[in-house]
Amino acid sequence: MAESTLESPLPIATPRKEHDSSFIRVAKYMSVRLITMAFTVVLGLYLTILIANMGGYVDQIRRGDIREFVQQQVRNDPGLKSLSAAQRSQIIEDRIANQEKRLGLDKPFAVRSFAFLKNAVTLDLGFAEFITADNGSRMVKNIVLERLPSTLMLFGATNIILFFATLFAALSLSRRYGSWLDRFIIATSPMSAAPAWFYGIFLIVIFAAYLHVLPFGGMVDVPPPNNKVDYALSILKHLTLPALALALNQVAFAIYNNRTFFLIYSSEDYVEMAKAKGLTSRDIERKYILRPTLPTNITNFAFLLIGIWGGAPIFEGVFNWPGLGRTQLVAAGLFDTPVILGTTVIFAYLLAITVFLLDFVYALVDPRVRIGSEGAKS
Amino acid sequence: MNSLRRFFKEISQYPSAVIGMLLILGLVIFSIYTVITIPYEEAISLWRGDENVWYRTPKTAQPKWINWFRKDDVPETFWLNTAEGDGTKTEEFSNGTNKIFISLPFEYNSIYFPQEMSIYFTSQFAAKEPFVDIKMITPTGEEIRIGSFAVGRKHTYRFSQDQKLQRRLKGNSPEQGIFMNLTSETEQLRAVPGTYELQIEGVAFEENSTVDVEFVVYGDVYGWAGTDHRRRDISIALMWGAPVALAFGLLAALGTTVMTMIIAAVGTWYGGWVDEIIQRITEVNLILPFLSILIMIGTFYSRSLSVMLVAVVSLSIFGGAIKVFRANFLQIKESPYVEAARAYGASDRRIILNYLVPRIIPLLLPQLVILIPTNVFLEASLTIIGLGDPVLPTWGKLIREGIGNGALLQGQFYWVLQPAVILLITGLSFAMVGFSMDRIFNPKLRSV
Repeated sequence: MAESTLESPLPIATPRKEHDSSFIRVAKYMSVRLITMAFTVVLGLYLTILIANMGGYVDQIRRGDIREFVQQQVRNDPGLKSLSAAQRSQIIEDRIANQEKRLGLDKPFAVRSFAFLKNAVTLDLGFAEFITADNGSRMVKNIVLERLPSTLMLFGATNIILFFATLFAALSLSRRYGSWLDRFIIATSPMSAAPAWFYGIFLIVIFAAYLHVLPFGGMVDVPPPNNKVDYALSILKHLTLPALALALNQVAFAIYNNRTFFLIYSSEDYVEMAKAKGLTSRDIERKYILRPTLPTNITNFAFLLIGIWGGAPIFEGVFNWPGLGRTQLVAAGLFDTPVILGTTVIFAYLLAITVFLLDFVYALVDPRVRIGSEGAKS
Repeated sequence: MNSLRRFFKEISQYPSAVIGMLLILGLVIFSIYTVITIPYEEAISLWRGDENVWYRTPKTAQPKWINWFRKDDVPETFWLNTAEGDGTKTEEFSNGTNKIFISLPFEYNSIYFPQEMSIYFTSQFAAKEPFVDIKMITPTGEEIRIGSFAVGRKHTYRFSQDQKLQRRLKGNSPEQGIFMNLTSETEQLRAVPGTYELQIEGVAFEENSTVDVEFVVYGDVYGWAGTDHRRRDISIALMWGAPVALAFGLLAALGTTVMTMIIAAVGTWYGGWVDEIIQRITEVNLILPFLSILIMIGTFYSRSLSVMLVAVVSLSIFGGAIKVFRANFLQIKESPYVEAARAYGASDRRIILNYLVPRIIPLLLPQLVILIPTNVFLEASLTIIGLGDPVLPTWGKLIREGIGNGALLQGQFYWVLQPAVILLITGLSFAMVGFSMDRIFNPKLRSV
């Protein structure tokens, strides 16, 4: 049903235009967007790398760590006990040089930053220093890709459901303007000021700590069920509280926002005209109210989603959700630079993909893009 | 002045805005009170204090007010110090010995046992340590011998560590054995409320030698906010959290909105490549993962609140608001009065600051107020993921330490819920005012 809302009005909105040319225009618009987005991502990633290194401060810490580790190793090696102090310090220096070379610390940062950039763009993020993936791999790529699905499941699924739920709730609410439900939504809309993790704490206190009906956190029961159905149910059970927290954070404000735009558009002349023609209220809502507000609603949703991606580390931290965000927190605690950088890069990609996808949907629903009058500025 | 009065008249039409403003006023007064009564240095030294500072407070004690909701009160924490004039202390010197008699009567009102009891002795002597003999008189007149020993200059006696006393109390732990009715078999798991008296007889062997005692009964409640796992009074962090949160929220919101507005004004006024660069920076900024970068800065560089403030502001300047401001500036730029200003030869700076910026203020103010709670919560978020200011006691730190030390698993909800509720009140009060302001200043939305 959701898809039909998005696509059915297309032929109606531009009956005179050739289907072909509108397709070409959308494709052209999207390829321009793709190229700009690619540049944006590269620039953003380079900035991230610069911030990550912060004038070589990280390198110093890593050098110090290597020195300490090697000294410890040599001191505890019984085979090296018989050597003289000078020989031993020679071995220490050699091993430090080796380690630094292995971690690429022997090249100047300016050179390394571009190598880093190339690796970041191609997702070839090297090896983690401390963290390992569940399958034992130390490659940052494997670690990050392993955690990606759980993050996508948590935020992607929940937010898409919330988007359509709030859209239709707002549509039905705009019909009941001034009712107690309407006023309730307006009164509770400031709830969006508190982030989702914050409601998460209250929900955990109530449902996990006090009532003992839902788990504190995590993604599946320990040990995970063998049966596929049980596994899915277990995930659903663990997903309830995070989803509820996201809903508490967004629902009131999203409905309020959407409803405001619906109300603005429902007082337009063409809506009055449609009413006068005797169209069913269902048709009026779908074609004359929902349709023109879609671009605005999608933009609002885009900003919401971007905000939520940004808060992922703490949200996953509170719910102990084994996703990218929590991995990043763990990596930050261990000073595991490659993993911190890797997760940041993936988040940057996720944001870019979000922006791009929403641009794409925007291009589909905004007739200005297809007709070609004034490129849509999101 | 007149417009300000009109604004207040209009905003008083919104009950949520009035409630919000009253709450904000209350928070500001609370913050000022906090900063005056507990100065910065004192708050930090108290919060970093160890068992020497917090020896009189129990571990993870609940706040006092939970007794209001209970049928049977749980014991409160109290202490009696002879050096501060509690109880009675008599001294009698004869034949080279100083006989000291200390009586510390106290009311025990709970049917639950205390967590712990300790006596802290301080004595003065030149060569020979004084000797003390301790007894407890129960409400029924029974006399329980606690113990007798010599005390040094500083001596701590902990009831729970006295094995001999435990044997004398028929194997009951001293905190329980002293307060329960040992003769009755059925009522052994309840403490007997009533007036108890701790008697200490001391003998000192020099003329000016004396003993002072501080008797501490560690209950299950303490203060109006309770204590944490390190015996610290949570109210210090609850109080100091307010000025920190308000200052961070206000500064970050102010810095962000003002900078954003100026950049948007400059971009739209000059247009061309300046505008283009600003637009591109906004797009790059949009895909920079905000919290991830703050995590990097916190991990690699510094966690101090001021560094975080600068980072937060500089990452938020090119946020979504710049597009809203830009769209409005583009309209204003075309207005006849700007054209007139240009015609009489006003400088760019004058046009931007005197003609463009003032017109955007109705849009800016709600934006500013709505950004405050966002930043208050951001500060808490940073603290909760371990990137908080290392020294300041804040609300986020309480939540983090509470969760980290199993407060939720062990049912110590007060530890996490008190700061969370205050955070919620702070956030909602600003948000309520901000949303109402938005409806007043942007009548397009108000009409519906």
